[in-house]
Amino acid sequence: MEAIILQVLNGLDKGSAYALIALGLTLIFGTLGVVNFAHGALFMIGAFCAVTLSRILSLSHEVLDPGKTDFLGNPSKVNVPYVNDWFGEVAGSAIIDWAVPLSILFAIPVMIVIGIVMERGLIKHFYKRPHADQILVTFGLAIVLQEIIKYFYGANPIPTPAPQAFTGSFDFGAMLGFDPNVIIYPYWRIIYFAFAALIIGGVFAFLQFTTFGMVVRAGMADRETVQLLGIDIDRRFTLMFGLAAAVAGLAGVMYTPINSPNYHMGMDFLVLSFVVVVVGGMGSLPGAVAAGFLLGILESFASMREVLEYLPGINQIIIYLVAIIILLTRPRGLMGRKGVMEE
Amino acid sequence: MTKSNLTRRGLIKTSAVAGVGLATPTIFTASSVAAFTNEPTGSSVTLGFNVPQSGPYADEGADELRAYELAVEHLNGGGDGGLMNTFSSKALKGNGILGKEVKYVTGDTQTKSDAARASARSMIEKDGAVMITGGSSSGVAVAVQALCQEAGVIFMAGLTHSNDTTGKDKKANGFRHFFNSYMSGAALAPILANNYGTDRRAYHLTADYNWGYTTEEAVRTSTEALGWETVAAVKTPLTQTDFSSYIAPVLQSGADVLVLNHYGGNMVNSLTNAVQFGLRDKLVNNKNFEIIVPLYSRLMAKGAGANVKGIYGSTNWHWSLTDEGSKAFVKSFGTKYGFPPSQAAHTTYVQAMLYADAVERAGSFNPCAVAEALEGFEFDGMGNGKTLYRAEDHQCFKDVLVVRGKENPTSEFDLLEIVEVTPTEQVTYDASIFGGELGACNPGA
Repeated sequence: MEAIILQVLNGLDKGSAYALIALGLTLIFGTLGVVNFAHGALFMIGAFCAVTLSRILSLSHEVLDPGKTDFLGNPSKVNVPYVNDWFGEVAGSAIIDWAVPLSILFAIPVMIVIGIVMERGLIKHFYKRPHADQILVTFGLAIVLQEIIKYFYGANPIPTPAPQAFTGSFDFGAMLGFDPNVIIYPYWRIIYFAFAALIIGGVFAFLQFTTFGMVVRAGMADRETVQLLGIDIDRRFTLMFGLAAAVAGLAGVMYTPINSPNYHMGMDFLVLSFVVVVVGGMGSLPGAVAAGFLLGILESFASMREVLEYLPGINQIIIYLVAIIILLTRPRGLMGRKGVMEE
Repeated sequence: MTKSNLTRRGLIKTSAVAGVGLATPTIFTASSVAAFTNEPTGSSVTLGFNVPQSGPYADEGADELRAYELAVEHLNGGGDGGLMNTFSSKALKGNGILGKEVKYVTGDTQTKSDAARASARSMIEKDGAVMITGGSSSGVAVAVQALCQEAGVIFMAGLTHSNDTTGKDKKANGFRHFFNSYMSGAALAPILANNYGTDRRAYHLTADYNWGYTTEEAVRTSTEALGWETVAAVKTPLTQTDFSSYIAPVLQSGADVLVLNHYGGNMVNSLTNAVQFGLRDKLVNNKNFEIIVPLYSRLMAKGAGANVKGIYGSTNWHWSLTDEGSKAFVKSFGTKYGFPPSQAAHTTYVQAMLYADAVERAGSFNPCAVAEALEGFEFDGMGNGKTLYRAEDHQCFKDVLVVRGKENPTSEFDLLEIVEVTPTEQVTYDASIFGGELGACNPGA
């Protein structure tokens, strides 16, 4: 029982990341009809927004420390962050410590601008081209973006920790009456799940309860009719691309304390997120979210030692296995609209 | 009248043989003029530096290249001479190798065996490289070593830690300065027993490829011999990024030690996840829960940040060593580049120097003469104390460093502290235990 609860918890945070990326992918596919293989790169750029802000906040000037020497035997230089000079050591250190949550504010405008530039500068030229062309150009763009990041930040992972207040783990086992230490779960992963739920809820509320969202939903259902009503649906769809980029970026920002960001992290999530979209149903926002959590949890269960003993290697194929079964039995996905992907 | 015996079948056979002959790369065919592959005939000699310039180990590759450039500078008489001043062999004079100016070409292994073989082949065939060196993966090292054996050039391996490189996959033309999984296990186990006791239950997470298997086996064998029990060993996919589902069940298993047989990005992520789960704050079986990383790299430790604090592992070399060779190399490298060298830089620099020295002592670039000069070669002053290039398997035997993540680092380079320098005798093993045959040296002609 403990093992099951533990793997469900594990699946929730992994599923949160899948769901957030898949949500953005679905928004773009549902509005613009574009299969965006650069979406993983947007997740990665979001993570590097956190790295960048963390570095900006840590900008320092050097002070010679005559009491110490460096590796060459010269007087050692100590880096003193400017924020410490401006706000005092305690407040300055706290600001640096909270770099990741603060990056949310930094990443939102950056990601929206990147998304809009990407859509206006490149992707709009491929609306009427076949999906294969869209995949090729966006995949190429993803590689270019990751090489740019590698050029500026290097190939090694860059540690970007959570604030000190959120280190350590919560003992769910003790709370549920099990032995202590049996069901533990890091605080930051709980926050990541809550954050993902908030973003997903926010996007749904935005689409459901605002006029802008209503027009976008109408455009997704019947673009031509909406245009005939004199509404500039293209401009709204461009903004939706920016919003999808921001969702992916925020998923990346908050993921940085879970795994140190590196230039390749977007690719690691991209393929799995596409599988999530297909399983959930192309164009279905609830489907993307549900499939994200479902596959995250399944992946966690498949990684259990007890499962691997009977089915070696199942952890590496479980998601694809589910995708094959879904595509064979229900081509439109779990919650896809009838007719989509079924011809 | 002449009678022709040419039949249709015969014509096809002849054509096929001729086709295969023409298609065979020139490096695999005998040359009628040269005594061996890429015999240098002009005033210069070309070395091939095959390192990861792209992909996940690109930063390690960049440090390897820096070291090679420094080695070439020193070999050609530039700079402060670096380790040539402390090297016990005095064959190198700073006038190139055998009086020929040292030039170099570089290849990008991408940390992929096929790409690494292609770049090595290109450097040998097109650029005339007489020796190939570098790399940051055992898979790549084994693949390139086999190619160099076929091509008839010497391969001086870079970072490769699997037992197989000088075990079942060893080749007469290949030489490894880096230590291996067995040595890590042999060096680590006594330190672990001293610090954590002999009554421990270990849980292994192992990267699902050759290096992971040999490292797990080495650590298991060494720790079990001291009384530890192995509770479980779980293989993790090489492509795994989030290890939470593998780490969460560790406490349920009753284990009180987690051994992460991971390297590179795998190590950074699994260690970060394990620390996030608060494993090190737990008390299991009335003992503090501990984590072990058998193979440390300073560049990788940097990626894991503060999570490495207090965690034991082993490493080939560290810039904080105080012997004359290490100090000379740190000074030389640090002055040129502004930061201390990594173990990757040290190993590759030393490999370039050892090759050049062997050529000087042999008086020839002929790979068989060079191999003979390296086999059984004992030297000192290169940063690891007295070292032997064992003739039987071309594995270097030297002291192994047991290190621990530093609690209070003073800089971004000051991440590891040396806990013990394990003497060579303690990590030496019989050359036959890992199987394989060196075979005969191939000069390529």
